[in-house]
Amino acid sequence: MSAAVSSTQVSGAQPRTTGLRTRFNSTKLVTSLLLLVVALVFCIPLLWVVFASINPEATLAVEWPKQPSLENFSAIMNTKTTFRPILNSLLLCGGATLLTVVCSALAAYPLSRYQSRAKRPFLLVIIFATGLPITAVMIPVYAMFVQVNLIDSMPGAILFLAASSLPYAIFLMKNFMDGVPKEIEESAWTEGASTMQALRFVVLPLTRPGTAVVTIFTFVGMWGNFFVPFMLLLSPDNLPASVSLYTFSSQYGQVAYGQLAAFSLVYSAPVVLLYLVMGRRLGVGFTAAGGLKG
Amino acid sequence: MTPTKQRSPRKPSRMMRRAAPLLPALILLLIFMLGPIIYSVYLSLTNKALRGEGSASTDFVGLANFGQAFSSPQFWHSVGLTLIFTLVTAVIGQNILGMVLALLMRSASKIVTTLTSAIIIAAWILPEVVAGYLWYTFLGEKGSLNGLLNFLGLPSQDLLISLPILAVSFANIWRGTAFSMLVYRAALSQVSPDVDESAQLDGAGGWRRFFSVTLPIIRRSVLTNLMLITLQTLSVFGLIYIMTKGGPGGASQTLPLFMYEQAFSFGQLGYGTAVALILLAIGGVASLIYMKLLPREDKS
Repeated sequence: MSAAVSSTQVSGAQPRTTGLRTRFNSTKLVTSLLLLVVALVFCIPLLWVVFASINPEATLAVEWPKQPSLENFSAIMNTKTTFRPILNSLLLCGGATLLTVVCSALAAYPLSRYQSRAKRPFLLVIIFATGLPITAVMIPVYAMFVQVNLIDSMPGAILFLAASSLPYAIFLMKNFMDGVPKEIEESAWTEGASTMQALRFVVLPLTRPGTAVVTIFTFVGMWGNFFVPFMLLLSPDNLPASVSLYTFSSQYGQVAYGQLAAFSLVYSAPVVLLYLVMGRRLGVGFTAAGGLKG
Repeated sequence: MTPTKQRSPRKPSRMMRRAAPLLPALILLLIFMLGPIIYSVYLSLTNKALRGEGSASTDFVGLANFGQAFSSPQFWHSVGLTLIFTLVTAVIGQNILGMVLALLMRSASKIVTTLTSAIIIAAWILPEVVAGYLWYTFLGEKGSLNGLLNFLGLPSQDLLISLPILAVSFANIWRGTAFSMLVYRAALSQVSPDVDESAQLDGAGGWRRFFSVTLPIIRRSVLTNLMLITLQTLSVFGLIYIMTKGGPGGASQTLPLFMYEQAFSFGQLGYGTAVALILLAIGGVASLIYMKLLPREDKS
């Protein structure tokens, strides 16, 4: 996460005169203090969810619980509140991520390897589709799904989620594949490997870090998505955690804030963990975003 | 558009074989992305409704839905709110705060930098619904903000009621700043420190160095980032829906919420789709403006 800064710091740490050095040190102090203030401000809303989750009498305000306990967590650990929505989320996001990654890897290969007149327009359309506000297509998608009886169908929602994240996944995946030198698979071809074999046994293993980035980006994006499952899935048995969290408050009449906070934490945990595991590797996605060509 | 549709008719079979891996992605995109967009053009020209007139039989009504939108004060109110939300959240908030953070992180101590970026990234990683609830509790009448204000001896505020569009904008800045921060840190790391240092020795101050040296170098990242976050902000739905439901009285009803209300609360699918197309068009115009701003040599 902090890879970007280190190089500039090193050069700044070797000032040519003492005047510059003291200025640098005071700069360091001032900027660090400013950052700490921002961090504190950003932290306050986060503190609520942590404190409230272990407070059986949680309210809207951030306060250290008088008697911290795991009561809220044990209260939500049942099929209806937690296990089924999380399982639905895993099914929905896992299925759609799998579909997205497989389709985008396949699609990125010819885009990365072959020259053709249609390639540039196709890539431009893909880049444009990356920015398409998905919110705006949800009503026609809903109407379309009603026509073909796909409303409240898990496979239907999986297919749509996969399609909506494909443009960005293809774009990222192609960038990663461009980094694999052609010579390696050419030798595989001379040994008689087919195109698909070259992709499967030569290119994909070399693109593994890139594939991991695409997979996690896709999964994290879907895990937090609210609008798509909110529109396309209806029955409580099908709802993923993002939507069930929304219906959480109305379920019991009065909002149990402590339980709401506990469930929020349980629901957020997988993506936070994934991010921690992947760490700075995910930075590649941002370099790609910054270098996006129009 | 597909690679199969092109010249060199000598070996069509090879072209087909080469393009074959594109097929699964292409089919998904055609059915689930292009399909709804084309269908929405048709829907927007009809009076299709979930109930009442237009639900039993769907009639073609031409541009009536667009006319209805353009003559509706509520629609223009939503357009205005969408522009405020996008300007405050994306262009000013996420963009400038992200840039300031990235710049500060260049000279701050490493521990502070790591800690701060971890907190800001956590806000970004958290699911939309959770972020919505966090800000709902933070800004609520008995929430942490008022606790803080009272502690400082200031009067209580109820931003969710008095200035909901600002409340949801703050929440969205909180949630989205990490993206701009990461993009700008990646961009700034590619600016050679030598250039900056020589400008410093020439006597250029901090502001001057930023605007005349650094900014021109990372111009392309700035414009691409602005385009991405503008489009993201235009389509924010869940966060606002959870915090205010667009209320009170439509005071935070941006276009996506207006569209949702027309289509589902009032059952006007045709009208809602027309609004959705206008939203798509606004996104398209925004992208075109940013693309035009990109200098020619960067467009390759």
